[in-house]
Amino acid sequence: MGNKITGAHAFMQSLVQEGVDTIFGYPGGAIMPVFDALYDYDKHINHILTRHEQGATHAAQGYARVSGKVGVCLVTSGPAATNAITGIGDAMLDSTPLVVITGQVGAALLGTDAFQEIDVVGITQPITKWAYQIRRPEDIAWAVARAFYIARSGRPGPVVLDFAKNAQIQEVEFDYKPCTFIRSYIPIPEVQPSQIDAAVALINGAKKPFALVGQGVLLANAEEELKAFLEKGNIPAAWTLLGASAMSTDFPLNKGFLGMHGNVAPNMKTNECDVLIAIGMRFDDRVTGDLKTYAKQAKIIHLDIDAAEIGKNVIPDAPVLGSAKDTLPALTAKLNEAKHTEWIASFEEYVKLEYDKVIQREVYPESGEMTMGEVIHKISEATDNKAVLVTDVGQNQMMAARYFNYSQTRSLVTSGGLGTMGFGIPAAMGAKIGAPDRTVCMFSGDGGFQMTIQELGTIMQEQIGVKMIILNNHFLGMVRQWQEMFFEERYSFTEMLNPDFVAIAKAYRIDGTEVHERAELDAAIADMLKDDKPYLLVVNVEKKGMVFPMIPAGACVTNILLGD
Amino acid sequence: METKLYTITVFSENTVGLLGQITIIFTRRAINIETLSVSPSAIKGIHKFTITLFTTEDVVSKVVKQIDKRIDILKAYYNTDEDLVFQEIALYKVATDKLLEKGSMEDLIRRYHIRILEMNSDFVVLQKAGHYDETQHLFDELSETVGVLQFIRSGRVAITKSKVERLSDMLEGIQEKYGDK
Repeated sequence: MGNKITGAHAFMQSLVQEGVDTIFGYPGGAIMPVFDALYDYDKHINHILTRHEQGATHAAQGYARVSGKVGVCLVTSGPAATNAITGIGDAMLDSTPLVVITGQVGAALLGTDAFQEIDVVGITQPITKWAYQIRRPEDIAWAVARAFYIARSGRPGPVVLDFAKNAQIQEVEFDYKPCTFIRSYIPIPEVQPSQIDAAVALINGAKKPFALVGQGVLLANAEEELKAFLEKGNIPAAWTLLGASAMSTDFPLNKGFLGMHGNVAPNMKTNECDVLIAIGMRFDDRVTGDLKTYAKQAKIIHLDIDAAEIGKNVIPDAPVLGSAKDTLPALTAKLNEAKHTEWIASFEEYVKLEYDKVIQREVYPESGEMTMGEVIHKISEATDNKAVLVTDVGQNQMMAARYFNYSQTRSLVTSGGLGTMGFGIPAAMGAKIGAPDRTVCMFSGDGGFQMTIQELGTIMQEQIGVKMIILNNHFLGMVRQWQEMFFEERYSFTEMLNPDFVAIAKAYRIDGTEVHERAELDAAIADMLKDDKPYLLVVNVEKKGMVFPMIPAGACVTNILLGD
Repeated sequence: METKLYTITVFSENTVGLLGQITIIFTRRAINIETLSVSPSAIKGIHKFTITLFTTEDVVSKVVKQIDKRIDILKAYYNTDEDLVFQEIALYKVATDKLLEKGSMEDLIRRYHIRILEMNSDFVVLQKAGHYDETQHLFDELSETVGVLQFIRSGRVAITKSKVERLSDMLEGIQEKYGDK
């Protein structure tokens, strides 16, 4: 048997065994023995000290989303754990693999309302795939192995390990075995041939098939399998917010963005197609609008890895349970080649309509104030459409999703399900660390930027080369848009008096510039992208810009407002 | 959709916090649990939950999928009363003098198949097993005639009538297909 080591060292060795090379964290009382052990592991593990635990969780999310690896956070007990909740919940809704380790008071103090004690497992159980409290050093290797296996396998998600202080200090003989099997958990259900046959029969009989691409394709690394499937059947496809970049923007069968602020054609065609093929998406209300009028004319095929998603919102005619990596090739093998020429051509009418009514004035305005769309489009082009796009939440997010172009997979990091303002800055830090060779452009509004603005300190200390763009309209823009449209222009607490953002960046020794005129924009973008250093670009855009098209919440997907 | 009584059966690992994970799923959808019974199953280390609730089939099917999805849950399914043999047990504490005042107990015992668990000069504890309506009927009758000092009814326990796959066979199958070779 091996020599005994402390629980904290056993924990570090477990992380190394799982291939962890990056941790986002913040030290504190109940996790100090682990941080002390971390001090000895600086050759193996790069620890990024964030300025707030919420920042650590979003950074880990950004890291996980671009790299496909598990994001790791290490924080203390009590308020640190509660600060991490937003990121844990965000990761749950967006299926992002995280392992969040929270310190906890010693086992003897559990349940006594000890200093900085909070019921972390109780709080996080509803918003994690698994939450476990390590009370004895003997459980460390087992729990860490299980945590990483659960976080990354099947439909990924966050796992919380609540690590009691006594277990960090007490000694244990260390013996690590990776986890590959849990008898009560089947991460990737086996493909059922009968389900494949039923789905293929519908697709082969379809005159107007239409595919909806969700994040399941990216999580399964099934981008090539998707392309082969769509090309063989000549099936036009559209993407959900989190499915962005699973297809490149210039892929001919890519017909655009679905949902509330998506493109006109894919939303209209949802209610015109005869077979709707949903791939790794969950029929979120922001995609479907009113379920009673959603794709009622179509036969519905739903591919998903999670049995609980099938039939949750839309009852499919042909469910296909499994990983897209397995189910797509199984479908493609039996798919008849088809052309669907007329059907595909029929999208064009709506593409032209949207261009004339919305895109032209948003992306290519010749006079007046600057618009969000034109800034995003210019920056996307200036990066050769190769950058990773990170967004905050609100108008900036919808505009960025609409007007940024994608040429590579895993190129959008955004808070889709939870819609967390303040996600942008820390997620961009994590994305840059997870994809150091790529340009990372983070778009934020003036509101969200100030929710996690303290992370500029992390960017300064670590010299993380993120390109931050504030689309500043001096309003909480999306709420203002709803107030204008649905609340009789009663702008209840949405206007903001903002600080000098560039001066704040300068105080953090981050370069930046502010643009007031269209004529200055190109030069400012070029200055921002001239090197790989952090940069803040503040663009003062029109105060009352609106994101169109828009399907009002709960309306039919064809009830599209164009703002004309 | 029609609302009726459904019985959910859950097999789980015997880990801390499992009950919390299950009840959270009900809380989120604002569903009341009618009865709940938890006990070790026939297989060592595996616990069995029997939960009843009034709801629609649409809701119960989604609740069961959400339960089944939790990592430490082995299997969850739902049934209606037609598919089940089920039973509840109730205990009734009544004052001995009141009961004797009423006269003969034989009629009561015969009609309700009552067992007497305890009897002393102060009180008698009666036990009745049966469906909800049956235990309730006895409660009503005792309340009217002699008064009930204390009353407790267990959660439902149930066994399926259909020939479902045995859990032990299911576990073997999973181990064979997905387990460590």
